[in-house]
Amino acid sequence: MDQYVTHEHDVLVIGAGGAGLRAAIEASAMGCKTAVICKSLLGKAHTVMAEGGMAAAMANVDDRDSWKVHFADTMRGGQYLNNWRMAELHAKEAPSRVRELEAWGAVFDRTQEGKILQRNFGGHRYPRLAHVGDRTGLEMIRTLQDHGIHSGIEVFMEMTVIDLLKDGDRVIGVVGYDRERGRFRVWHAGAVVLATGGIGRAFSVTSNSWEYTGDGQSLAYRAGADLIDMEFVQFHPTGMVWPPSVKGILVTEGVRGEGGVLRNKDGKRFMFDDIPDNYKNQTADNEEEGWRYTQGDKSARRPPELLTRDHVARCINREVKAGRGSPHGGVFLDIAWIKERLPNAEEHIKKKLPSMYHQFHQLAGLDITKEPMEVGPTTHYVMGGVKVDGDSQMSTVPGLFAAGEVAAGLHGANRLGGNSLSDLVVFGKRAGEHAAKFAKEHGAGQINKQQVEEAIRLSLAPFDHGIEGGGESPYAIQHDLQQLMQDYVGIVRLEDEMQRALHGITLLKKRAERASAIGHREFNPGWHAAIDLRNLLTVSEAVALAAIERKESRGAQFREDFPDKSDECSKFNIVLRQSSDGSMCLSRQPTRELPPELKAIIEEQKS
Amino acid sequence: MPPTTFRIWRGDAKNADFREYTTEVSEGMVVLDAVHQIQAESAPDLACRWNCKAGKCGSCSAEINGKPRLMCMTRMNQLPPGETVTIEPMRSFPLVRDLVTDVSWNFEVKKRIKKFKPRKPDAEDGTWRMQQADVDRVQEFRKCIECFLCQDVCHVLRDHHKHNEFIGPRFLVYAAALEMHPLDTEDRLADLKNEHGIGYCNITKCCTKVCPEHITITDNAIIPLKERVVDEFYDPLTRLFRIFKPKKPAESTPA
Repeated sequence: MDQYVTHEHDVLVIGAGGAGLRAAIEASAMGCKTAVICKSLLGKAHTVMAEGGMAAAMANVDDRDSWKVHFADTMRGGQYLNNWRMAELHAKEAPSRVRELEAWGAVFDRTQEGKILQRNFGGHRYPRLAHVGDRTGLEMIRTLQDHGIHSGIEVFMEMTVIDLLKDGDRVIGVVGYDRERGRFRVWHAGAVVLATGGIGRAFSVTSNSWEYTGDGQSLAYRAGADLIDMEFVQFHPTGMVWPPSVKGILVTEGVRGEGGVLRNKDGKRFMFDDIPDNYKNQTADNEEEGWRYTQGDKSARRPPELLTRDHVARCINREVKAGRGSPHGGVFLDIAWIKERLPNAEEHIKKKLPSMYHQFHQLAGLDITKEPMEVGPTTHYVMGGVKVDGDSQMSTVPGLFAAGEVAAGLHGANRLGGNSLSDLVVFGKRAGEHAAKFAKEHGAGQINKQQVEEAIRLSLAPFDHGIEGGGESPYAIQHDLQQLMQDYVGIVRLEDEMQRALHGITLLKKRAERASAIGHREFNPGWHAAIDLRNLLTVSEAVALAAIERKESRGAQFREDFPDKSDECSKFNIVLRQSSDGSMCLSRQPTRELPPELKAIIEEQKS
Repeated sequence: MPPTTFRIWRGDAKNADFREYTTEVSEGMVVLDAVHQIQAESAPDLACRWNCKAGKCGSCSAEINGKPRLMCMTRMNQLPPGETVTIEPMRSFPLVRDLVTDVSWNFEVKKRIKKFKPRKPDAEDGTWRMQQADVDRVQEFRKCIECFLCQDVCHVLRDHHKHNEFIGPRFLVYAAALEMHPLDTEDRLADLKNEHGIGYCNITKCCTKVCPEHITITDNAIIPLKERVVDEFYDPLTRLFRIFKPKKPAESTPA
């Protein structure tokens, strides 16, 4: 059996995006010996891709904003399936987390009075997103990284965790390998925080990087933790659609926040045709009013392009299916038109949306200050994930915490843009704090050698069945899974298609057992891809099973066979757990009743 | 487009050479797409780093036809049609495998630069006031995605291997972003002169040319820092003046 080294820590964080770094900083500040493990180099995690901004009711631009409005917006966007405690804490604590970033060196765009500027975004009643042009995620990750390297955190870069280790019921460490040398290691820790992000790689059209293979969800599931809300996968309405090699790359909602409009091939602003009832009061009914809103007129209501992402994505899908799409199967997103309204529109666009300008210029040979972009939905985010306690972020398994995209609850059935970056730091901090407390109270557990050896044996299996021995390329299996999920469990869902997907997943699991790797273990991407398959298959199955069980359309889930919301389905979340025979079992968990004071806030904000 | 041939550097620090691969190139493809296609078709163990595939993370740095570039932002149709494309790892850093290099030196260098130290908050609620015009320059520097292409092309590092004495353009930009941050109160000039080797830079501007974020590294970051160092340590009038000047307080008082 392979030799391995063992590292000892109080708190171990898996993932070095916004949530992971914030958790590590907190745990370290509480006096815990803390380490972070990340699959890539430090500072490259998916947080870097976040563009639009970070939602926090600071009321710097519109003084009518408050945590209560933010809370109500988040709950409405999530169609009331949210963990209301998380939505409450998030709305209350986000402003302090933004200010903290500024104290650590972040440089946000400014208002005239020199405060942090806030911009409009879909589903947010008032301008609420602290931002830096369209590279807010980079600002966040760099600030946390540069602060973190001076706070005594040990960072293990380019390492992958393959299993959580348990002592009885409790998680007490992890086993993994370094990608560079392919050597195994064990990290022994008092508490483990998952901050591994999402599952976008299970789909063929996605804005997510190779890292997003559902690792945290799958590790937690195999360790006995509950997953919740896995049916809710967010398809961002605006991804690039042309050329083919860039299909899925994100086009920030900030384009619409700055006045960009969606049109079909007939030049019609189709979003005006379909405004949901619960948003009618807050949505402009003419183009003039919508424009005034984007320019900061407080008496105007927001344009329908800034409705929630689930809704905008479906409207785009409908236009394309009805034959009113753009030449390459999307619709037009036009920011260039604002030159009719603003004197130096070209400079304004380049200043407010520099990476979008750059991205289209470089990758599509298109000047967004002159021509409309072509956009269509892309897999972007999973609202579901590890079920956690709202205050402590601990999962249903003691000693295992989760924060950020891998955790579920805050966003319910649909996430509002901008709520993700604030989620990372609000709950990253909380997870770090409570993991530190847990580690101090419980000390270290016992590592089970057999568990380590079994995990190592399984990971090395791809080298045993070379291509000649009936093995198969992991890339081919991954490709087929992505196509299957895209076609059958995508933006529009049907029962029999999803059953076909489940059947397909069963077959792919068999193929994955024969996934092969060639060559040696040093920085071998084929081997890494083979190991990732297990996680991708687990989360794919979870998404399909939960989506079949939810026989309604709500938030990000759209069922063509059940196109309406159902009262019955509004009363539960779907929980997935590994049963003793290893199969995935599903149950309905009734939603918790809102306390009267929070209920009152929601009622108040409905007007 | 017809199939295109790629010469890709394969191997490790001890033993490496170019190997040729041929793959179909379709419309809009970037070099990173071709590398992925080669991985899927014929070389599953071909090592390369990448993440965002949109020029935002700075992972896929390489030398394409001899020029330091991001593979994800280099479109195939920008390269001479029909000719073989050469892809090599960054040559200023030790090779790990294939296109992957050991860039850990950069992470160590960053730790040696004194961290951000803000003045006391301007307002009672613990917040600061800064004008947009005053943060524009710092925001330019903070666009850096840490792809390390500037480090790769810098002759002080690449040809003269002064890694122990010189922090390179990336970290001069980093230091400039801290030094020019309106809230920062730390003084890094002595370090820049003595520890970080700012004098080694002879402003050939190669770094600025390769920066995928179009940061004006030399003109906006390095030259102003050099001027500050000169003012501080080499200007005879300043030196004379300093003898009579009271010592600078560590933090300024709130406005």
